[in-house]
Amino acid sequence: MIAQPERKIALWHLGVAYTAFLIGTLMGVLQVFIRNDALQLPAWLDYYQILTAHGVLLALIYTTFFIFAFFITGMSKSLGSFGPKVRLFSWIGLWVTLLGTIMATVLIIAGEASVLYTFYAPLKANGFYYVGLALVIVGTWISSFALVGHYMVWRRNHKGQLSPLFAFMTVTTIILWIIACLGVVATVLFQYIPWAFGWTDTINVELSRSLFWYFGHPLVYFWLLPAYIAWYTIVPKLLGVKVFSDSLARLAFVLFILFSIPVGFHHQLTEPGISNFWKFLQVVLTFMVIVPSLMTAFSMFATFEISGRKKGGTGLFGWFKKLPWRDIRFTSIFIAMAFFIPGGAGGIINASFQLNEVVHNTLWIVGHFHITVGTPVAMTFMGLTFWLIPYLTGRRFTKRMQRLGFVQIITWSIGMLLMSTAQHVLGLMGAPRRTAYSGYNGHPSAMEWFDGIISNHVTMAIGGTILFLSAMILMYIVIMTMFVSPKAETPDQMVEFPLAESDMSHTPKWLENWWIWIGIAAALIIIAYAIPLTHMIQHAPPGSKGFITW
Amino acid sequence: MHFHKYEKIWLSFGIVSLIVFLSVVGVSAFSQNHTPSGGMDTIDPEKVNETAPFDNPGVTQLDEDTYQVAIVALAFGYNAPDLRVPAGKEIIFKVTSTDVVHSFTIDNTKVNMMVVPGRITTKSYTFEEPGKYLILCNEYCGTGHHMMSTEIEVY
Repeated sequence: MIAQPERKIALWHLGVAYTAFLIGTLMGVLQVFIRNDALQLPAWLDYYQILTAHGVLLALIYTTFFIFAFFITGMSKSLGSFGPKVRLFSWIGLWVTLLGTIMATVLIIAGEASVLYTFYAPLKANGFYYVGLALVIVGTWISSFALVGHYMVWRRNHKGQLSPLFAFMTVTTIILWIIACLGVVATVLFQYIPWAFGWTDTINVELSRSLFWYFGHPLVYFWLLPAYIAWYTIVPKLLGVKVFSDSLARLAFVLFILFSIPVGFHHQLTEPGISNFWKFLQVVLTFMVIVPSLMTAFSMFATFEISGRKKGGTGLFGWFKKLPWRDIRFTSIFIAMAFFIPGGAGGIINASFQLNEVVHNTLWIVGHFHITVGTPVAMTFMGLTFWLIPYLTGRRFTKRMQRLGFVQIITWSIGMLLMSTAQHVLGLMGAPRRTAYSGYNGHPSAMEWFDGIISNHVTMAIGGTILFLSAMILMYIVIMTMFVSPKAETPDQMVEFPLAESDMSHTPKWLENWWIWIGIAAALIIIAYAIPLTHMIQHAPPGSKGFITW
Repeated sequence: MHFHKYEKIWLSFGIVSLIVFLSVVGVSAFSQNHTPSGGMDTIDPEKVNETAPFDNPGVTQLDEDTYQVAIVALAFGYNAPDLRVPAGKEIIFKVTSTDVVHSFTIDNTKVNMMVVPGRITTKSYTFEEPGKYLILCNEYCGTGHHMMSTEIEVY
């Protein structure tokens, strides 16, 4: 078990994460009923307030706090206990991020910031909303630097050695995060905050959008990579085998540093101000990121097969039956991976330049989001939660909780399947995203969208309701394992941190030379962004005043 | 670094597929002109109503086979009177905004344009089928976002 101070820091992160999860999923279930016209909100509450809260609390806050809880626990487990400075800065990071979260949430509830989590200018929220978001980023940077500091101490004490795989992957994710945040920090600090407080009159809208998406796409890899860490380092242990290939795992991760950042224009394919050449160049770079994902898929299935055969599975697919399906820690992550197959394929469609016109800003995108971050990432986090909380509290993960875990994972899968399929189909037919209930004055083609067997409001509402029930079961498990379940007394009741062994004897040293990867990443970013962004600044139209349209 | 033989096959298959996908997309885009909406023209968002072509929004016939449609998007509607265009002719849509970001999206077509204040978005499209098409905003623009729509008639 890791040292008590780190357990406390990690548990605080998990507490914040699941508070955000509770409120965020409640907002989600309200939305499906409003869209169904089954629920009327009171006058003081607006659909778009709820939508903003749902996005911010789940996509930004739940993920971020969970990720740091996982990192803090894993770094302490694989590199040893934190020193006093690392602990102090981890706490400061937590409080700063939490302060920012509370500021932003209060302003959303007060109706001062119904700008969604993308906060596109010239929608102008209360200036303190942007300050809150900036504090969230600064807080994560402080926590990140604490972990990097811990890693550097370890490197100094272990000269010439490769770091353990978990630490390597954590540092990769943190490097990606820091580089990605530069864009959003630049736009919030130099564009939004001066404009929102009235120090400048206008804002360069297209530049702010581009800087946001410079951050917005690697943001999704910041969510995905911790799930990949679990797939690479936790899953093999649950299967009783080693990591399939240490060097390929590390290579896949550094490729994410290179190819997940210079790609933001693929979110802006249908907008003016960026020429087709630069849009297409970033489409090409976007596709490169598929390579490390294919490598990951191969490693996973190789791990499964090796494990299944070791347990006596024979024939072409006999090993599949030998996987530990009764272990909720494994089954949850396996289903999460399965959801990522259509999720990833949908992503390729979205990024395919002119094909994007068919799906851009339709409900298809919402469906895509829910079978990428909403299931592969979130369900991996759920699968980790089952053992992470009891590991940190020293409580038992009882048989009853394990059974409930299965109910939770299965309901989440069914709910998500119904809801996201409905969203995908509706989106293909043209139904827009991010809208309250609307029949477009009974226009026949709008009526047509919702006539299908799958593509109707009822399917989405049923899916959403099942998801909410699943979320509440998870909250019950979280509260039980955090505060109520009996303490583990004998060794076999203790919950372990299942960290697989990884054979580093054939791993080349240059993979851990960070300056190579940061250097190539910087070069790619300059190639992809320098000219179009300069053009946006030099040939900017007169800027926009702020508008409050809610 | 050791790559398993099967992994080499798998990755080669993947990378070749990517090259094929990108070639299809690229050739279609740059040799057949199938590019998404966009454009590099700018405009003063405060002076939209006095700047051509938005001082006279609506349909203008440019020549025998080409029509231009100028539209001003604003919270929560479109300033585009009398939208009637013929089928089988090239229609060039030009859209801008006087306030926040919107979209100009025609249901059942590939016209799906982001509308950014200070910029003019352009898209060329030829309708095949006559009918009344729903136009809507699919970029969140405020309380009335889901009410923002209009109609174009293709004859």
